[in-house]
Amino acid sequence: MIEHAPILQIIIPLLAAPLAVLSGRRDIAWLIAMLATTASFLLSVHLFSIVHMLGVSITYELGNWPAPIGIVYVIDAANAYVMPVISGIAVVMTYAARTLVEQEIDPRDQTLFYTAWLLTIAGMMGQVATGDAFNIFVFLEISSLSAYALVAMGAGRDRRALPAAFNYLIMGTLGATFYVIGLGLLYMLTGTLNLADLAARLPMIGDTHTGFAALCFIALGLFLKMALFPLHFWLVPAYSTAPSAVSALMAATATKVSVYVLIRLLFGVFGVDFPGMLDVVAVVLLGLGLIGAFAGTIAAIMETDLKRLFAQSSIAQLGYMAIGLGLGTKAGVTAALIHLFNHALMKGALFLAIGALVAQLGTVTLASIRGIGRQAPMTSAALLFGGLALLGVPMTAGFISKVYLISAQIDGQAYIVAGLTVISSALALVYVWKIVEALYMHERPARAVKVTESPAQWLGAWILVAATIYFGVQAETVVAAASQAAGALISGVQ
Amino acid sequence: MNIDLLLTQWNYVLVIILMMVGFYTVIARGNLIKKMVGLNIFQTSVFMLYISMGKLVDGTAPILTGDAATVYSNPLPHVLILTAIVVGVATTAVGYALIIRIRESFNTIEEDEIIDAVNADLQAEAQS
Repeated sequence: MIEHAPILQIIIPLLAAPLAVLSGRRDIAWLIAMLATTASFLLSVHLFSIVHMLGVSITYELGNWPAPIGIVYVIDAANAYVMPVISGIAVVMTYAARTLVEQEIDPRDQTLFYTAWLLTIAGMMGQVATGDAFNIFVFLEISSLSAYALVAMGAGRDRRALPAAFNYLIMGTLGATFYVIGLGLLYMLTGTLNLADLAARLPMIGDTHTGFAALCFIALGLFLKMALFPLHFWLVPAYSTAPSAVSALMAATATKVSVYVLIRLLFGVFGVDFPGMLDVVAVVLLGLGLIGAFAGTIAAIMETDLKRLFAQSSIAQLGYMAIGLGLGTKAGVTAALIHLFNHALMKGALFLAIGALVAQLGTVTLASIRGIGRQAPMTSAALLFGGLALLGVPMTAGFISKVYLISAQIDGQAYIVAGLTVISSALALVYVWKIVEALYMHERPARAVKVTESPAQWLGAWILVAATIYFGVQAETVVAAASQAAGALISGVQ
Repeated sequence: MNIDLLLTQWNYVLVIILMMVGFYTVIARGNLIKKMVGLNIFQTSVFMLYISMGKLVDGTAPILTGDAATVYSNPLPHVLILTAIVVGVATTAVGYALIIRIRESFNTIEEDEIIDAVNADLQAEAQS
């Protein structure tokens, strides 16, 4: 049974999805979701420990059809590192979703909510696990379609969720279709869609217009899905109007999966020697990443709505990952992978903390949270620590990300880029400070709603905050795993 | 510009025209239904790209006849596109379902009017 772990971690949430709807009861649907995500998490941790301890990669042949004909799942150092991140976050989010969903979603829709929830998790896990390029597209669409539906469920509280979900659908479909065009061109050139086969055959085709067009289409499609500046306009409305649990899950995982797929294809399949890879795509990634880091941070400073503020800050954080990839070195990819993990933890914590306040405050703005530091100490502290981690304060995971990103830039002799990264990170202090000031430096206005909190509301956020601090102090595991992952992806370069 | 190449590979010319028609419609039209139609045309052009690349001149359906001289079309792109069509149908369904809900809440399916309504909501929120 355990040898089927590579597929089980995806199949279990996928099959649990229809079960959740058939159960017909929302508490059972939640329990099913909880069990399925936990099983998926344990399996991915099991695979992680095998792959990273023994330094092997596991190939799983679906239906026993070997590689060129059948679809294989290849668990190597790279996706073994990303999968526990996705499934672990999914477990915490599913736990926290119970309270949030109860507050925000119509009871009749809740079983459907957990169905879409499980499908989006299964889709994300599938994209990471698979070793087939077209299979990535299929899972991408499974996770995206259910994500559109999940975002639209925010309409019960805020009708703006509907146009946000529609725009997300248009942009998401355009992105996925660009990706498929690129794959079609690659298939014409190589006659294969297996990632390992593609990687073996692409160096042989040399410098062709078709190959370059394929690279550009695939990169562009994934830029859209990962919300790289300036293709990020779908993200902020979608994250800010979706139900809180959905904002938290998506902010922590959705764009990260696209970042992983981008790394896998650019570095693992095309490779840095592919014509146009370093001189065009990497330069674009570096440039847009830098602009995104500033644009996102400045936009976050201007926002007063906390969900929108942190969604804008996500644009900046994705910019940092893009900068890491744009360096085109092993150190750069390692830094991007470390930040992928750390950012998932801190953004998850922040959005869960906001979610705990949504039911009581309606829209969570700088004005409405004024002075809640004493009334809701745990939730406020989660916001504080999440904000500090975003800034990259020592002893938090964000610090590790920044250290590795900046040292990768200095190694690559990109001193100006390193300087700009430091400046944009420092700018983040402005919005974090605005939140800290609102929380702790003011008395709660007399006629404002009195905020209460219960462990069920803040526990999810605090699990992630604790992880942020733990991995800020004990960073060796993550750094070693990320470096091994980057090594597996770009074995050719240093 | 090599005219001969364009004439012999006319399928790609058609695909590109269709792709741009669809893409332009998605971007330029404000009516949400027209956007969905544009998106469908855009996706269909990609289906045709795949299907036409699998076709060989004089190739028949890929059915095993025992005759080694038979020329087959490549079935793999066709099968892939079956999957993509299913995905396209699902996307269209979700898109139209969203349009219906948008019409119910905003009383319009014109993008400009929806943006105005969203901005009005934002301002009302800022004042409260």
